[in-house]
Amino acid sequence: MYKYDQYDQAMVDARVEEFRDQTRRRIEGHLTDDQFKPLRLKNGLYLQLHAYMLRVAIPYGTLDSRQMRKLAHIARTYDRGYGHFTTRQNIQYNWIKLDEAPDILAELATVEMHAIQTSGESIRNISADQYAGAAADEICDPRPWAELIRQATTFHPEFSYLPRKFKIAVIATPEDRAALRWHDCALRIVHNEKGEEGFEVYAGGGMGRTPFIAYLIRDFCPAKHIFSYIQAILRVWNLHARRDNIHKQRMKILVHDLGEEEFRRQVEEQFQHFLTLGTDFPQAEYDRIAAYFTPPPFETGLSDEIDRSDPDFALWVDRQVVAHKAPGYAIANISLKPISGIPGDISAEQMELVADLAEKYSFDELRATHVQNLVLPHVRKQDLYTIWQALDAAGLANVNLDLVTDIIACPGLDYCTLANARSIPVAQKIAERFADMDRQLDVGELKIKISGCINACGHHHAAHIGILGVDRKGTENYQLLLGGSGAEDTSQAKITGPGFDEAGIVDAVERTIERYRELREPGERFLDTYRRVGMDPFKEAIYG
Amino acid sequence: MKILTGNDLKTGAVVWWDGNGWSLHVEEAVDAGEHADVILATETAACRVNGGYAIDAEPEADGRVRPAHIKDRIRALGPTVRPDLTLKPADPNAGSWVI
Repeated sequence: MYKYDQYDQAMVDARVEEFRDQTRRRIEGHLTDDQFKPLRLKNGLYLQLHAYMLRVAIPYGTLDSRQMRKLAHIARTYDRGYGHFTTRQNIQYNWIKLDEAPDILAELATVEMHAIQTSGESIRNISADQYAGAAADEICDPRPWAELIRQATTFHPEFSYLPRKFKIAVIATPEDRAALRWHDCALRIVHNEKGEEGFEVYAGGGMGRTPFIAYLIRDFCPAKHIFSYIQAILRVWNLHARRDNIHKQRMKILVHDLGEEEFRRQVEEQFQHFLTLGTDFPQAEYDRIAAYFTPPPFETGLSDEIDRSDPDFALWVDRQVVAHKAPGYAIANISLKPISGIPGDISAEQMELVADLAEKYSFDELRATHVQNLVLPHVRKQDLYTIWQALDAAGLANVNLDLVTDIIACPGLDYCTLANARSIPVAQKIAERFADMDRQLDVGELKIKISGCINACGHHHAAHIGILGVDRKGTENYQLLLGGSGAEDTSQAKITGPGFDEAGIVDAVERTIERYRELREPGERFLDTYRRVGMDPFKEAIYG
Repeated sequence: MKILTGNDLKTGAVVWWDGNGWSLHVEEAVDAGEHADVILATETAACRVNGGYAIDAEPEADGRVRPAHIKDRIRALGPTVRPDLTLKPADPNAGSWVI
């Protein structure tokens, strides 16, 4: 994985000291809240319901054991013993003290981490396939490109005061595990008919109060010109964005207003301009960055056999372990979704265990997923049983990847100032309702995603079954949505009808699932059945 | 009644105006009445509170003050999903006061 050079380290260290001085001035009263707020947000520090919240960037979701141990140390020393993995492959701490925030950033800097651009009107943490570098079906590792784009855009003057936040994702597989088309700008690495590497470029996606699925605006951009193309997209947005209206500032609104063709035309025009400027990544720079992502020294001659004599272990393998590109190796998913737990939450002790496992069994690599789980990307199949035993002892051997209890939930009204309703209790009650393993397996792949407000941090638009919490005359109310997808078959979920209270929404979800079980044909997932039969049979089941 | 709330500048902890200063406990909140704006302006300028604002609340029979909106009741107690981290971890009825 990427290692800071002297310039990276100097920039991050300088930023820490700058923020330490800004914090001191705020505490001493030399800065007002209005003056300080944009400064703290540029360093990932929010003020939430109960305390300050610090969002730490995990570039493209990749971590090593040293970093994970530092995250555990921060949770234990500066927070209340836990952290929360987010839908942007970041981690958040919920109980931060302002006067300790600079010390936390200094601690993060010692392990090449920071909280820069995890908030504010900037290019946010660039996300990627959590199986990058390990997936059996990838063209190449997308992370060198993600890192190059990260470096080129961090502190870039044109991108430091954007109209609004801007989210980029990069993948290199036909299967989309990164919710690609729900991003402002999304890149899929492909080969053209000549075998040359390039990108499919999507633009104008996003969730929030006005959801849009990104258009494919270029089916092949040569890899060597991708930064010119990204700059062209951002330039068009910067030129025309509605800076006068916060609800219309995201690029998706501009793309929608201009229309796909006109947006594409303007981007192509700017692209030709940027090509003359010579701002693309030099091959030598790509090579330098790519060297950090050289595949680990996989052993050869390993067996692909897994001893499945322990039935609980076999169940975990069947659900949580997926194919790796190297023979004898596997990708192990660690679910952070225990029944009755809080999706994405992990204790300091669990973080340390996972760090130990990564160091010992996964070439010191870990991944955070946008579904709020973790991944050990490179484990020998012969080590899986030992890994599972350790995870099981720590409460981390949950079996539910992509099942009904693998629920995305934003922090909701339990933590978030923007939220209108609580998300976590709804996730917990649904998980409890479907806790039975046989029932989960019978239902099969089903992605439930819950947001506590219209900002959609819980990705409800992209859910097979989505739930949106709203405020109805001071009480929590939940809308039910069906038919969304964040995968390669991207679609936007539609609202079923009137909302429910907390108990009612759980019942409505159950009625929806039971109707699916009645209607499904062999091999159909929930989403397949919904797409075949439409909304009406489900509305009938939900509302009678 | 109107009560005042905000966050402590250094800790971010939720605080309530008790007539003389800022308390961690909503039970100690007092009606700010027509002085709300003046109090908030003075306290904000002195950095004794961060992001202060006035909310509607109701006095209860037991003398406690109950914010009208669930968001402020959650602020007053703590996250409903982590009772161990609330101000009343040993009170089994604390959650029902919020909801």
